[in-house]
Amino acid sequence: MKLSLGPILYYWEREATFSFYDEIAAAPVDIVYLGETVCSRRHTLRTEDWFDVADKLAAAGKEVVLSSQALIESESDLKTLRRIADNGKFKVEANDMGAVHLLAAAKIPFVAGPHINTYNPQTLELLAELGAQRWVMPVEMSREALSHMQAARPAGMETEVFAYGRLPLAFSARCFTARHYNLPKDDCQFRCMDYPNGLTLNTREGQPFLALNGIQTMSASIYNLIGELDSMRATGVDVVRVSPQAFHTAKILKLFRDTLDGQLTAQAAARQMTKLMFDQACDGYWHGKPGIEQSYLAATDSE
Amino acid sequence: MSPKASLELVCPAGNLPALKIAVDNGADCVYMGFKDNTNARAFAGLNFDPASAREGVRYAHAKGAKVLLALNTFPQSDKWERWQAAVDNAVELGIDAIILADPGLMRYAARTYPNLRLHLSVQGSATNYEAINFYHEHFGIQRAVIPRVLSLAQVEQVVKNTPVEIELFGFGGLCVMVEGRCALSSYATGESPNTCGVCSPAKAVRWQQTPEGLESRLNGVLLDRYGKDENAGYPTLCKGRFEVNNETYYAIEEPTSLNTLEMLPEMINMGIAAIKIEGRQRSPAYVEQVTRVWRAAIDAAKRAPQSYSVNPAWMAQLNKVAEGQQNTLGAYHRPWK
Repeated sequence: MKLSLGPILYYWEREATFSFYDEIAAAPVDIVYLGETVCSRRHTLRTEDWFDVADKLAAAGKEVVLSSQALIESESDLKTLRRIADNGKFKVEANDMGAVHLLAAAKIPFVAGPHINTYNPQTLELLAELGAQRWVMPVEMSREALSHMQAARPAGMETEVFAYGRLPLAFSARCFTARHYNLPKDDCQFRCMDYPNGLTLNTREGQPFLALNGIQTMSASIYNLIGELDSMRATGVDVVRVSPQAFHTAKILKLFRDTLDGQLTAQAAARQMTKLMFDQACDGYWHGKPGIEQSYLAATDSE
Repeated sequence: MSPKASLELVCPAGNLPALKIAVDNGADCVYMGFKDNTNARAFAGLNFDPASAREGVRYAHAKGAKVLLALNTFPQSDKWERWQAAVDNAVELGIDAIILADPGLMRYAARTYPNLRLHLSVQGSATNYEAINFYHEHFGIQRAVIPRVLSLAQVEQVVKNTPVEIELFGFGGLCVMVEGRCALSSYATGESPNTCGVCSPAKAVRWQQTPEGLESRLNGVLLDRYGKDENAGYPTLCKGRFEVNNETYYAIEEPTSLNTLEMLPEMINMGIAAIKIEGRQRSPAYVEQVTRVWRAAIDAAKRAPQSYSVNPAWMAQLNKVAEGQQNTLGAYHRPWK
């Protein structure tokens, strides 16, 4: 199985983003997804800057994919989308049917991202006909549902699973980070930059529940399928995705890599990973349960 | 661009009595679902079995109203046949259009029934004209329902760049998230609109009186706690009060209803094809009240758009049935964002 790094879902400083990708260039990861997928107001890196980062990572031997924004509302969003779709060099991850429309019309092969609702083999077959070469399973899909998809998978289609990181659960027109500061979205003062791993939302009894990331709402817990790599392999998964976090991403990639290569047991990797995680783990979705639930690492802890 | 149809009023029918009341009070179209998870209001005691669906279609057609069928959840990988059969049944029943979200199901419907009218559901998450035109070019959809996230100016941009009729939500419970792109409910309960046709399902809700107040929990997660003088609404996950940086507030959305009565002339002017009223899960009394007010308002706005103003009596009647007894223009009005 190959290892991928998803797009940065948060808003980081320009220099921090560049140094992050300098580190990633040397990290044991096969595929890197790049670009702003959450909010068009974020601009520390412009589209050209992303193309530059893409060139550097490609030169370092990575397969680079440019990810498109999930929520496309305005004409200027569409303009950015067209630039990405027409980049002429790198594969594109489509995260909205508008992107699928442009890529299919131009006959450009693409990755159907996690925000395309691919829930059944018929839709996957359609995406294949339109030019998709890889699809990323919706985060709420279980292993069992995936196995039915895999049984009917079109020839040549690769399957990717979001396997580590706070789960991107929802998108809105409203910016919840700006709302927290009583700021309108149009004058958000980019407060999301103060929360490089998202702003945790707790219940009224202090349970970390969700994380606010601008217009995106995420899980507070970190989805972690390090213990499920064998079952992914058995289900025919081709690519395992790690989602960037502000610290230790390269170390997390290394632990996934070593586990995939059989250098480390999943239990050992999971134990080492708990020190690198800034919140508790969850893995419910994979097991067909509420996403917030956690079985694997809890079992490991009690050993 | 084809000429746009004149504004239609599309009302919710959770059951046969609601359907009849909507038709009797001036709905141009009613929308309904079958009694399973093929639609996004898969609630116990709601929706239509074959006999009531047949009677509903007969009743509506006899009075000149159209019937739309919501098949707007995503067929789950091993249960495709249920959704396919629902499309077949809709055709057999003489439904006027089916409202779909899943691209695979749309392809089945378009190929099998080339004359069947297809609407793109709000659950299809199409927020720009490139997405809507994709469904038009590939499956010939004739109408799209737009997620409640665009401003009115953005809606106008969509209308100008697509031959597809545009339907907007006008009134009712407000999803603050892009429909079809929200897994908050399955994160807490295992069931979401996309996979199961439910959000914050009733079976996962627990109410508990405690010394600190009345608590609502969703699969154990505390969504809110109400003081003696506070009204407790249905515990929809995104409408709870939470703590962020030690501040407790409605961190995502207050319990409010969308109400766009004041925007009607603008909507007509920009060529909106239909206004949708949310609430298949609501009572026939709600459907009656809301249909009657919106019929009156649409007729007034069509008759004299220049002099149209919102009748205070309409607002009073709608506020009585609004969620949280409050209303908002939502994302149509930019400052809301």
